[in-house]
Amino acid sequence: MDKLLVSPSPHLHTKTSTKSLMRDVVIALLPAVVVSVLFYGWSELLVLGVSVASCVLLEYLITRYMLKKPCTVGDYSAVVTGILLALNLPATTPWWVVFIGAVVAIGVAKMTFGGLGQNLFNPAIVGRVFLLISFPTYMTDWTRPQGFVGGGLDALSGATPLGLAKEGGVAAIESLDYMDMLFYNIGGSAGELSALALIAGFIYLLARRVIRPYITLSILATVAIFSGIFWAINPAEYTDPAFNLLTGGLLLGSIFMATDYVTSPMSNWGGVIFGVGIGIITMLIRYFGAYPEGVSFAILIMNSVVPLINKVCHAKKYGRA
Amino acid sequence: MGKFQLITKGLIKENPTFVLLLGMCPTLATTTSAINGMSMGLATMFVLILSNIVISAIAAYIPDKVRIPAYIVVIATFVTLLQFIMQAYVPDIYETLGLFIPLIVVNCIVLGRAEAFANKNSIVDSALDGIGIGLGFTCSLTVLGLVREILGSGSAFGFKFIAGDGILAFVLAPGAFLALGYLIVIFRKLTSKKAE
Repeated sequence: MDKLLVSPSPHLHTKTSTKSLMRDVVIALLPAVVVSVLFYGWSELLVLGVSVASCVLLEYLITRYMLKKPCTVGDYSAVVTGILLALNLPATTPWWVVFIGAVVAIGVAKMTFGGLGQNLFNPAIVGRVFLLISFPTYMTDWTRPQGFVGGGLDALSGATPLGLAKEGGVAAIESLDYMDMLFYNIGGSAGELSALALIAGFIYLLARRVIRPYITLSILATVAIFSGIFWAINPAEYTDPAFNLLTGGLLLGSIFMATDYVTSPMSNWGGVIFGVGIGIITMLIRYFGAYPEGVSFAILIMNSVVPLINKVCHAKKYGRA
Repeated sequence: MGKFQLITKGLIKENPTFVLLLGMCPTLATTTSAINGMSMGLATMFVLILSNIVISAIAAYIPDKVRIPAYIVVIATFVTLLQFIMQAYVPDIYETLGLFIPLIVVNCIVLGRAEAFANKNSIVDSALDGIGIGLGFTCSLTVLGLVREILGSGSAFGFKFIAGDGILAFVLAPGAFLALGYLIVIFRKLTSKKAE
């Protein structure tokens, strides 16, 4: 009798499950993971390994022994959180800092609220922001470790493009090549490395219909328009749109983290409002704020107003025109 | 209710911080270390006991319509006294707590006890109530400050036990909310077991 499910109509059958969706997100993240490991080598592998392993382990321990609920490790959501957290950190982050980030992401941001589906904020971003304000020295150490490809350099130290722009203005970034940013960036956390790898993941997610494009595209369009206006007014003071689109965590955040089902609005128009908000806050922080990068803060701030957006923009009801 | 219970209820059953969630502003803002939290708690307790005593003594003579302004005047008098005393004898702590000393005037625990307890109970009971609630507030703030200090700066009551910084977020505002939230969870868990 346990096999009989009593539920209201419509009775739709689908093979889609949390597990299959999350597995697609993992696959979409693979290009970025491969690029980051190739260019950052063993230290990046360690960060990824510690992050994913501790997220999965914590999820198992908390659901099993603290909440005494059915174990949710099998649905890959902890794996996704682990990978995203790792891609948000510098490759040189010590393992125990990564572990603290995982504790905050899974323990505080996800499980305290009741687990997957009930968290208000994206766990990976909460973990990253917590580490950013807790360990500013580790989180802004962009020493570039030895990768598996990329020449015989021992270590290349350097600020991120956005950091350079914050410090020295537009003049400081004139020497940077946009093709470098597109294929493999010149400095930053692992997930900021290659714009192309992230875009490949985006196309895969769209093709598999895992995410809808509205949130991502409205974030990118808002950033392009916002920076375009400022750049047109004063190109000596403000960085140009292409630079703002290709640098920092914008692509990673807008493709993989703003589109998180749980913490983004349900309707398409809601998604557009959400995306425009993220774009504007990101650019305000980049141009006028104290931090060089603001994507993670922008996503967190907009996460907190998602319930209000859902109230304004109702999702279309099933079966209605 | 026995005299002893008047004191103990403020510690557990009616703990102002973990159960009643009163006085959140100084709770979150001043507990960056155990010493700071304890000083804030003691300062509030001083005002609370004295204002409870005076208000219960004069409650019968205050017209009902103006009782809140009258309470505030009594409380403000003791806060001003406290401010001068602290400035004279413990200038360092006075400097650290800063604005939060004068803000005791509008602390809802102090006004709440005046309104809910002192104006309808005897002077002795009101004094004991002030001691109980004040102790509860002081203990909670000390615990919260201790947790934040251990995690945030790697020290306890000023004694450092690790080199370098701790998890800086716990000294900042977000850490105050996180630590308070989890302490309330633990407090509820412990007290609900006792009730069963």
